[in-house]
Amino acid sequence: MSESTELRTTPLTAWHRQHGARMVPFAGYEMPVQYAGVLAEHAAVREKVGLFDITHMGEIHVTGAGAEVWLDSLITNRVTGAAIGKVTYTAMCRENGGVLDDMLIYHLAAEHWLVVCNAANHAKIAAWLDSHLPPAEVALNDASFETALIAVQGPDSRELLGRLAAVAPHNDRIAELEFYHAFTIEGPGGEWIVSRTGYTGEHGYELYLPNGDAVAAWEELMTKGEDLGVAPIGLAARDTLRFEVCYCLYGHELAEDITPLEAGIGWAMRLKKKEFIGREFLVRQKADGVPRKLVCLEMTGRGIARQDARVLRDGEDVGYVTSGTFSPTLKKALAMALVRSDVPEGDLVVDVRGRPLACRTVAFPFLSARTKGDPRAERTLS
Amino acid sequence: MIPDDRKYTQEHEWVQMEGDVGTIGVTDFAANELGDVVFVELPEVGAEFSQGDTVGTIESVKAVADLFLPVSGEIVAINEAVVDGPELVNTEAMDDGWLLKVKLTDPSEVDALMDADAYGKLTES
Repeated sequence: MSESTELRTTPLTAWHRQHGARMVPFAGYEMPVQYAGVLAEHAAVREKVGLFDITHMGEIHVTGAGAEVWLDSLITNRVTGAAIGKVTYTAMCRENGGVLDDMLIYHLAAEHWLVVCNAANHAKIAAWLDSHLPPAEVALNDASFETALIAVQGPDSRELLGRLAAVAPHNDRIAELEFYHAFTIEGPGGEWIVSRTGYTGEHGYELYLPNGDAVAAWEELMTKGEDLGVAPIGLAARDTLRFEVCYCLYGHELAEDITPLEAGIGWAMRLKKKEFIGREFLVRQKADGVPRKLVCLEMTGRGIARQDARVLRDGEDVGYVTSGTFSPTLKKALAMALVRSDVPEGDLVVDVRGRPLACRTVAFPFLSARTKGDPRAERTLS
Repeated sequence: MIPDDRKYTQEHEWVQMEGDVGTIGVTDFAANELGDVVFVELPEVGAEFSQGDTVGTIESVKAVADLFLPVSGEIVAINEAVVDGPELVNTEAMDDGWLLKVKLTDPSEVDALMDADAYGKLTES
């Protein structure tokens, strides 16, 4: 997208600007990349609670008899049989096994499903769904531009979410809500979805609400969370948070030239399903052996490996860095890399702008998630 | 206010002269633009460079910036405190967050750099 193209805003864009956010173009939207600073924001989510405006995500409703069967023909995971309220993580692939996008699919009600895709892939996925002609009884309704999405993430997220006036009457349901489950409630401007999901590795929620309810909900969360130390969090910290727990990010660990098996999300595939786009290729790739694998690297030399840096073993190019940064929690330079499957554990070198940087493979993930169980549980470090 | 006791470059570095030795750092503006600095790489003491040479890198969580030497000369000191605690670049860019000291080959190179007024106008625009 060229810079002259007008960027979309969210209902919260004015709030971000007024509160000192640095705004950047992202997937056609003007989005906050940071407020107080990425390290402070990162720590707020790991230790307390943070709010993210992720309204840029795409939301496409799929309704009608047979909606789940049709969805199952397009995704690697299975939604048929998912109970109402269940959230399913899945990839959607091309015939060649390349990932079009990763997404969440909500079973909202009988014959009512919601596909939540990445902002950068929203137009592509909307077109892909359209072109794979749903049966007559299945209807698509793209609600992306009417739906706001606020993530409330961190050990105190449950406490904070429960203080929202619209949510408080449902606190008993929140208390019972399991990871990757959701329910709907009536908000002031229409239906809200309260979802126990997130992209930080912390206990957290994502709140889907009509655009018109977003500013009031956000401000209420900021005000009522003051004593909890709530902070607004930009996209930069969203990235470092997901990176430490090794969640895939489309455009990095996932892409059209990477298969779910290579990216290590084979757990979100049901190859026993009779049919889905990409299945044939993926069954064969699994049988023949996956050519590449995702590995975790810790820099042992001084420096930071960034995306696209080549990975070398004994001078031979064996792959590239998909994401690399300084880990705010572990306070060291770490990277995820897609390398040849035959690369053993041990010492490697990353080419950082022409200079060799020593590193070694470490266990996956760098930091264990606390999405289930005690939100302040002691962590396992890589 | 931008201190007028030193000179500035287009690359948002500052040079403060004492005799023929210049202390070099990045400006508050640059530090703020970079965001939280987490890694600083500086050259070896004793190495000689020409004006404009890349002599190091400053990395924030999200960005990498090259450090250009604004004057020719020999590196006579580096700030180890910044190497050990890169956040000094954010908190003390204009003072304790200095990066290196250079013995200038040609002290007149400094005269051609921007004064505080000119640099102030650059960062306003």
